[in-house]
Amino acid sequence: MTDRNRDQSLGWRRRDMLALGLLAGSGTLVGRNGQSIAQTKPATAPAKPRGQVVAGISQEPTVFNPLMPGSEVDQGVWWQIFSPLWYIDPMGRFVPDLAREVPSVSNGGLSADGLTWKIRLRSDAKWHDGTPFTAEDVKYTLELINTPGFRVRNRIGHNLVRDIVIVAPDEIHWRMESAYSPYLSILALTFMVPRHVLAKAEDPNTATFNNRPIGTGPFRWGERVAGDHLLLHAIGSYHGTGPHLERVVFKYIPDLTALYTQFRTGQVDYLGIGGIPAHFAREAEGLKGRRISRSPTPFVEHIALNLEFAPFADKAVREALYLAMDKQARIDGIYYGLPVATESFLPRESWAFEPGLPVHKHDPARANALLDAAGWVRGANGIREKGGVRLSFANSTTTGNPGREQSQQLLQQDWLAIGAEMKISNMPAAVIWGDFWQKSKFESVAVGSNFMIGNDPDVTPRFSSKAIPARQGAGLNTYQYQNAEIDRLLALGASQFDQQERKATYSRIQRLIREDLILLPVYQSVMAEGLKDGLNGFAPNINCSSNCWNMRDWFWAA
Amino acid sequence: MSAFLLRRFGQAVLLLLIVSMIGFAILHLAPGGPMSQFAAGGEMSQEDLDRIAEQLGLNRPLPVQYAEWLWRMLSGDWGRSYRDGQPVTAIIGSHVGATLQLMATSTLLAMLIGAWIGIVGAIRRYSLFDSLATVGAMVALSIPTFWFGLVVIYVFSVWLGWLPSGNRYTIGDGSLINQIHHMIGPVMVLALVSTAVWSRYMRSSMLEVVNQDYIRTARAKGLSQRSILIRHALRNALLPMITITGLHVPTLLSGALVTETVFTWPGMGRLFLDSISYRDYPVVMGILMFSAVLVLIGSLAADLLYGAADPRIARSG
Repeated sequence: MTDRNRDQSLGWRRRDMLALGLLAGSGTLVGRNGQSIAQTKPATAPAKPRGQVVAGISQEPTVFNPLMPGSEVDQGVWWQIFSPLWYIDPMGRFVPDLAREVPSVSNGGLSADGLTWKIRLRSDAKWHDGTPFTAEDVKYTLELINTPGFRVRNRIGHNLVRDIVIVAPDEIHWRMESAYSPYLSILALTFMVPRHVLAKAEDPNTATFNNRPIGTGPFRWGERVAGDHLLLHAIGSYHGTGPHLERVVFKYIPDLTALYTQFRTGQVDYLGIGGIPAHFAREAEGLKGRRISRSPTPFVEHIALNLEFAPFADKAVREALYLAMDKQARIDGIYYGLPVATESFLPRESWAFEPGLPVHKHDPARANALLDAAGWVRGANGIREKGGVRLSFANSTTTGNPGREQSQQLLQQDWLAIGAEMKISNMPAAVIWGDFWQKSKFESVAVGSNFMIGNDPDVTPRFSSKAIPARQGAGLNTYQYQNAEIDRLLALGASQFDQQERKATYSRIQRLIREDLILLPVYQSVMAEGLKDGLNGFAPNINCSSNCWNMRDWFWAA
Repeated sequence: MSAFLLRRFGQAVLLLLIVSMIGFAILHLAPGGPMSQFAAGGEMSQEDLDRIAEQLGLNRPLPVQYAEWLWRMLSGDWGRSYRDGQPVTAIIGSHVGATLQLMATSTLLAMLIGAWIGIVGAIRRYSLFDSLATVGAMVALSIPTFWFGLVVIYVFSVWLGWLPSGNRYTIGDGSLINQIHHMIGPVMVLALVSTAVWSRYMRSSMLEVVNQDYIRTARAKGLSQRSILIRHALRNALLPMITITGLHVPTLLSGALVTETVFTWPGMGRLFLDSISYRDYPVVMGILMFSAVLVLIGSLAADLLYGAADPRIARSG
C-alpha cells in the first residue's frame, strides 16, 4: 500500500461510490487500507438467502408504522419491511416497486395538467401474512394519512389528493387539488400499509401493528428486544429481486466509541446510519478485513439565522459573518476533511443542484469593511454597535455534539475578529428542537438539515413566507424569511413537470437564497460507513432516507 | 410484628407519594419535552405537533397531568412509552432481566471475594496481605468505571481477542456459554469496585468484633482459632453486612449506567438514560417508582433479617 493509494481512496467521489454499489454484484469493492480492489472472482448472489448482517446503529429504531413520525434509523427498518409504489435509485431515477410503472405524461399515468393520476399496480405482491396487495391498500394508506386524528409524519402533497377511485384490484386513480410535481418524490418515500390489518384497529395510533408490522417488503418482522436489537427474517415470496440474506439484525449501540469498537472486533458487519465518527474514519480505512464508504448525505450543515432578530435583519451583517467564517478550518480541523464545502442548501447529487453559485472566501478584511460601510462601529470593548443595537448574539446547538461544539469555538474567534460577539448557548435535543426552534425563539442555531422532499428540491415548507410557524403555525420556515420573488418561484417550481424547466426555477431559488444569506451554508455532510469485506450489494443512495434502502440486494461472497 | 409491618407500610406509601410528586414535578419542569422528538425531524407542521401534544395530554395543567398519571398508576396502568407505544411495565420487564443477570453475578462475586479479603485482612492486620488489600481497594475505588471498562475492552477484546467487546449475547446464539462469555468483561469491571467496597466493610466489621470481650473469653476457654473465627467472630461480623446487603438490593435491579453503556448491555441503567434524553415521561416515572419501591423493600428486608439474625434487637422503634 502506498500513500498515493491511500489518498486516492480518500478522494472517492459519489459517482465512484455509486458505481461501486452498482457493480457490487460483480465484485468491485473498496478494500482495506483504502485500496480499490477488484476481486479476482466476481461475487454472485446466492440462489437462496444465506447468512445474516448485523447493522450497528447508534439510535434505537422505535417507530414501525411507516406513516408515523420516525427518524432515519426507523426509515432504515421500514425499507426492509415495507414497499413504496416506486423508489428512487442512486442515479436519481424512479423505479417501480409496488406499481407496474411510474406514472408520467408519456405513459398516460399523469394528465398533461398534472391533476389526474392513474396508477397501475403489480398483481403478484403479497403482504407478509399471505394476503394479496391491492389498490384497496393504496387507497387506505392515502386516506389514513389524511385522517385528522392520525399521528402522521407529514401530509405535504397527500393533502391535495381527492376523489380516489379503485378501477380494478390493480389500478387506482385520483385527482389532485392542484398540480404538484414533488408528489412523485413524496410517494417514493411513502410506504404502503395493509388495510386488512390496520382498518380493524380501534385506533391506528396505538394499533398492535405499530409494534409488530406486516408489510410487502423483502424481510418480515422477527423479534425486537427493546434497547438491544431488532431481528428481521427473509421473505421467500418477495415480489422483487432478493432478498439474499437470511436475517438482518439492527443492533442498537448508543455509544459511538463502543459501536466503532464492535465494528473493529467484528461483532458489527455494517456500521451506518450515523456512520463512523470522523476522528475514527482514517483509522477505520486501515482496518484489516473492513472497507469504508464515504457516503454523501443530503444534510447541509449551516448556521440558521433568525431574521427577526435585529442584527440579522441587516444583510451586511449576514454577509460579513459569512466572509469572516473560516469554513475550511472547520472541515479540515474538526471533521478531518470528511464533509464537502457547499454554497447551496441542496446536495451536489441532486439533479437541481446549482454548481455556479458564488464561492465563499474567508476574507475578514472585507467583512470588516462591509460592517464599517453599513455603519456598525466598534464600541469600547471592540464589539460593534449601530443605532443602540450591539452586534452580539447567541448561537445554539445540541449539547453533546463535540464537532459542533468545537465549531462554535472557532466561529466565536472568527466573528470576534470582526467585532461580532457570539455567545454559546447550547441545549439538550429535547429542549432545542421544541418550541425554541419550531417557534423561532433562537437567535442563531448550528444545525444540519435535509431540505429536500425525497429527492425533490421543493423547499416551499422551508422558505415560503406562508410557512413560518411563529406566525401561521404551519411550516418549517423557522428563519422567518419573507421574499415575494421566492414565493413566486416556489409556486412555479411545484407546478412544473418538465425537469429542465424545474431545474431553471430551482437554480434561481438557490441563487436568491445564497444572495440573501438567510442561512450561512457550511458543508454537505459526508458519512463514513463501514462494511466487512465480503459483504456485497451496498449502494449509498442519497435519494432514499437510508443507505439500508436496498438490503434485499446485499449478500455475502461465497 | 404486624403493627411494625403496618407502620412501615404506611410510611412507605407516604414516601412513594412524595417521591412521585417530586419526580413528576422535576421531570416536567425541566426544559424541553417529548414533543421535540417529533419536531426534530423537521417534517411536521405546528398544527400536527399541537395535535400530538393534545393526544398525549401534554397541554394540560401539570397538576391535572399528575392526578391522571397517579390514578392510572394506582389502577395498574403505568402508561405507554412516547417512543414506541409499548406499555411501561413491559419495557421495564424487558430490561430488568439483563440488569439482574449482570448485577447479581458481579455482586455475588464481589461479596465472596470481598468478604474473604476483609476477613483475612482483619485477622492479619497490618500484614503484607492487609496492606496490599488496602492499597488495592483504594486504587479500585478511585478508578473511573468507564475508563476501566474501556481498558478491559481494549485489552481483552481489541488486543487479545478473547472477549466480545459488548452485548449480552450473540444474536442467533443465546446459549449459556455464549452469555457467560459476554458477561466476563462487564462483571469484571463491576466486581472490581464492589469487591473493594465489600472488603472494606467486612474488614472493619471483623476488626470491631475480634476486639470484643467475648472473643477474648473464647480464646481463654481454649477454643481453636478456627472455631473462634467461624462460630463467634464471623457470625457477629456479618450482622452489619445484612443492612448493607439490604440497601444494595435496589442497585441489583436499577442498573449500572456507565458499565451498561460501555458494554452495550441492554439494562435498566441505559433505559433510564435513553428515556431521560427523549423525555419519555411515562418510562422515566415508571423507573423512578420501581426503584423507589425496591429501596423500601430492601430496607424493610434488612430490618427484618437483622431482627431475625439478632434477637436482642427489638422492633419497637
